[in-house]
Amino acid sequence: MLAVIGVDCVEDLFADIPDALRLSRELNLPAGMAEQDVYAKLRELAERNVSCESELSFLGGGMYDHYVPSLIDSILSRSEFLTPYTPYQPEISQGGLQVMFEYQTAISELTGLPVSNASLYDGPSAVGAAAYLAKLANGRPRLVVSAGLHPHAREVLKTLSAGFATEVVEVGLRDGVTDPDELAAAVDEQTSAVFLAQPNFLGAVEDLESLVAIAKPSGALLVCSCDPLTLGLLKPPGELGFDIAVGEGQTLGNRLDFGGPSFGFFAASQEHLRRMPGRIVGETTDVDGRRGFVLTLQTREQHIRREKATSNICTAQALNALAGVIYLSWLGRRGIVELCELMVQRTAYARDRLTALEGVTALHSQPVVREFAVVLDVPVEPVIERCVAAGVNPGYPLGGDYPEYPNGLLVAITEQRSRADIDRLVDVLGAAVAQQAAIGATAVGAGV
Amino acid sequence: MADASYPDDLLYHHEHDWARIDGDVATCGITWFAQEALGEIVFYEPPQVGTTIVQDQPYAEVESVKAVSDVIAPLSGEIIESNTALADSPEAINDDPYGAGWLIKVRLSDQSERDSLLDAAAYSATLE
Amino acid sequence: MSLQGLETAQQRDRARTIFEKSKPGRRAFVGPALDLEPRPLDDLIPAHLRRAQPARLPEIAEPEIVRHYNRLSKRNFDLDTGFYPLGSCTMKHNPKLHERVAGLPGNARLHPLQAPAQAQGALELMFNLQEALGEIAGLAHVSLQPSAGSHGELAGVLLTRAYHEDRGEHRTKILTPDTAHGTNPATVTMAGYEVVKVATNSDGGVDIDDLRSKADEQVACLMLTNPSTLGLFEVNIAEIAEIVHGVGGTLYYDGANLNAIVGISRPGDMGFDIVHYNLHKTFTQPHGGGGPGSGPIAVCDALEPYLPRPQIVARESAGGGGTIFDLDYDRPKSIGRLRGFQGNYGVFVRAYAYICSLGAAGLLEMSQTAVLNANYLLALLKREGVAEYLPVAHDQLCMHEFVLCGTPMKRDLGIRTLDLAKRLLDHGVHPPTVYFPLLVDEAVLIEPTETETKETLDDFAAIVADVLREAGEDPSVALNAPYTTPVRRLDEAGAAKRPVIRQAM
Repeated sequence: MLAVIGVDCVEDLFADIPDALRLSRELNLPAGMAEQDVYAKLRELAERNVSCESELSFLGGGMYDHYVPSLIDSILSRSEFLTPYTPYQPEISQGGLQVMFEYQTAISELTGLPVSNASLYDGPSAVGAAAYLAKLANGRPRLVVSAGLHPHAREVLKTLSAGFATEVVEVGLRDGVTDPDELAAAVDEQTSAVFLAQPNFLGAVEDLESLVAIAKPSGALLVCSCDPLTLGLLKPPGELGFDIAVGEGQTLGNRLDFGGPSFGFFAASQEHLRRMPGRIVGETTDVDGRRGFVLTLQTREQHIRREKATSNICTAQALNALAGVIYLSWLGRRGIVELCELMVQRTAYARDRLTALEGVTALHSQPVVREFAVVLDVPVEPVIERCVAAGVNPGYPLGGDYPEYPNGLLVAITEQRSRADIDRLVDVLGAAVAQQAAIGATAVGAGV
Repeated sequence: MADASYPDDLLYHHEHDWARIDGDVATCGITWFAQEALGEIVFYEPPQVGTTIVQDQPYAEVESVKAVSDVIAPLSGEIIESNTALADSPEAINDDPYGAGWLIKVRLSDQSERDSLLDAAAYSATLE
Repeated sequence: MSLQGLETAQQRDRARTIFEKSKPGRRAFVGPALDLEPRPLDDLIPAHLRRAQPARLPEIAEPEIVRHYNRLSKRNFDLDTGFYPLGSCTMKHNPKLHERVAGLPGNARLHPLQAPAQAQGALELMFNLQEALGEIAGLAHVSLQPSAGSHGELAGVLLTRAYHEDRGEHRTKILTPDTAHGTNPATVTMAGYEVVKVATNSDGGVDIDDLRSKADEQVACLMLTNPSTLGLFEVNIAEIAEIVHGVGGTLYYDGANLNAIVGISRPGDMGFDIVHYNLHKTFTQPHGGGGPGSGPIAVCDALEPYLPRPQIVARESAGGGGTIFDLDYDRPKSIGRLRGFQGNYGVFVRAYAYICSLGAAGLLEMSQTAVLNANYLLALLKREGVAEYLPVAHDQLCMHEFVLCGTPMKRDLGIRTLDLAKRLLDHGVHPPTVYFPLLVDEAVLIEPTETETKETLDDFAAIVADVLREAGEDPSVALNAPYTTPVRRLDEAGAAKRPVIRQAM
């Protein structure tokens, strides 16, 4: 090969790199390893994580331990889905393109909005993308955000708004849902977009209809950050007057993976078609009249419109979106409703039983589907530690994200948590709260 | 329109735009060369009547499948008519760039600007 | 052409969506039994909050779902099947070990809000990956959070903004070369800066005089990739860094082309202040038909305070019990988050497995082989029968990729770069990147990667020569290609004029 090139050695190929810029030593990294040794090393690391496989977990807060059916693993491991690049050559990418078309259809069905792209990075970044669309659409200077949005999504809005010069105003919660009076006071003709969540971070199902009625007259774009799985039961944002629906797609057949990769979805009303971020697949025909699919409306995108693009996004999350559309086909029209109703029943049961415990009260009284929040009478962190020691992870402590609830606990009940599991949570959490209260009482007694 | 054509009765802007001046009104569009370079035009959003445009500045965009291009105003003035039919049939810009594919009619604000435009021969020469 | 009018088996298999295969009453899902006394749904979720009608999802049994997607998969070309010399995309082999380790329950079912004490293995892996990436780039401080190259760019430009504003400076412009990836200017706009283009000189490098004339106190940053999108090493990089730093700007490294120089030269040593990595390119995350990816960034000391949060940190445990890994949120100057949780962890597992497998010597060999393969293929394509139609855009040694120019092919053979690409499909190889970089007319950007054998490269060169020879005899063959693919050329203009983007119900 060197002779064909006309050089003596491989080093000659790097002649353009000035000596001063060469690394004159080997990289300071360990030596390479055999496959079996790499496997052993990574298995050892993985075993030091406590996953939902090895404890009884009630963690939620944006990602949920739903069952991922086997057919997803099987289909996603096919090299024809796993290893191609973005379908820039449609003639040899019809499989992936049709998957995206089916995915767009499914997202439109769930959200009630006619336009869906082929996926974004994740839920919070999709919220950020909605803010940028609003900026392109109306150029107004302010975003109004319910405190019920995922804390990570709210932080993304602040991060991005430093770039496109919008102000972010937060609207607080009252009894677990967006405070309508505060919303009314915050929204005006300077509002570019209003962000509401369904269900919100505290698990509450918001009465979106009344909130939309408050925000809509301002002319701001209305953005609903929603969970796609519970949209199997809840009223779709498109029917409620939202312009945009975004959210985290992990709940649709994607594993937890410590937070990623999953996908974000992005749907909008027809008038925003040409402002959409990311890839969109459209149907067409080939020269012989056969049905086919292509990436379309590409003039929106960075590789063509460059500095005037509707977004800088290039890579989407195609494989994760494929998992999503397989999952929705597996659940089907009736299954998604059955799954949601099962979660509603078990979550109601868990909420009743937990809030019947001494020292545990409901944080809010709103309807819930899969997740609810409680407040403990005692510090939450040591209670969690006690539960974890007993093999039960009782949920996510809220104090870091909501300082007004220093001892709040967010508890998620997926279909993988049976009544027996919930009963065990009740026993373990009840005991832990009681033990913590006893210590507290002793400490107070000693103090006196 | 299959073959290159640059009618003599038009004036041309070097950014591939044409103007047909009739009194204080000019009809404007893009040249055969521009539509040929872009390929099949798939999207054009007609600008609003009443908009003021400025010579050498963009006033609209034309899009093909894989390109988007600014349309440059050959002359300054106020748009008094916009070819809204193109929103549904942008291919008219390819098929008949100097006829059905016209983009806007402008009431001119500065007649002297026409002196900076090229005639058909001079414009054709810039394409070689 | 005799193939016209005939249909392959795949072509006879007309596209029908999963929604069209739905039949009322069919299903795959069997849910867990309800193990408690149900309460009326209306008492739990009032009717006005619920859907009136179920979403029209498919009704279909599991065997038909599996067949549907398996049949669809056969309508895709993929890297495990054939050569994929897609320039700028680094389509290298995806080792199968990576899927196995990413799928271990300790990774796949680890909840992102698990307390750090119960996620020590994951945090240690991420910390080790940060350290390795920092060493590879020669910039010590790494954030794994961004989810793609363009996301890394946005992080990098936003922290450039934070850095300048922290010093009381409000700069307005960012410089990008005219050969830049489209993500660069798009990112600049999203971050609130004006794009100023810098010209390219006749050797394919940055035009230094043009850069000097545009570098002023309003310039926040210069974004560059090295090797450039032309596959050439920017020999004046030290001078470029001096100019940009001289006006107080930062120098950003687009890591799309890092595969050429790992272990050979480091962006940090070239004077770059920020880099992004494409883990899905250099560190071989499978592309998944368009994601997921991951775009970590590394920065110099001065920019460290502005990195996204949380950061993964190592601390010595108080009791002397060894190192403890943690998430550090206490970063008051941080630009904040760009996404949820800790980034695309599943991608980190694969990238880390790759770095462990190759080690220092293996990574060096990786880049050397990538450059060797590119230069070998370039040499083959410079031979008679190809070079007169597809001359190399810049005739010098290339790095990991190179650009050919299809102008003579168009003029002399009557076929365009697009037609060449489409005819290659009939030969069972993926075409190179076409019409990028924009600077080269009828561009063909070829990146073979270290994965390929000499035989694969020989075959590809022979196929290109064959297509050109065939075009010389009858250009209509290429003009109407492909013939053997599941569908033939598609009406993209029609799709854009009247967008149909979901299945009609």
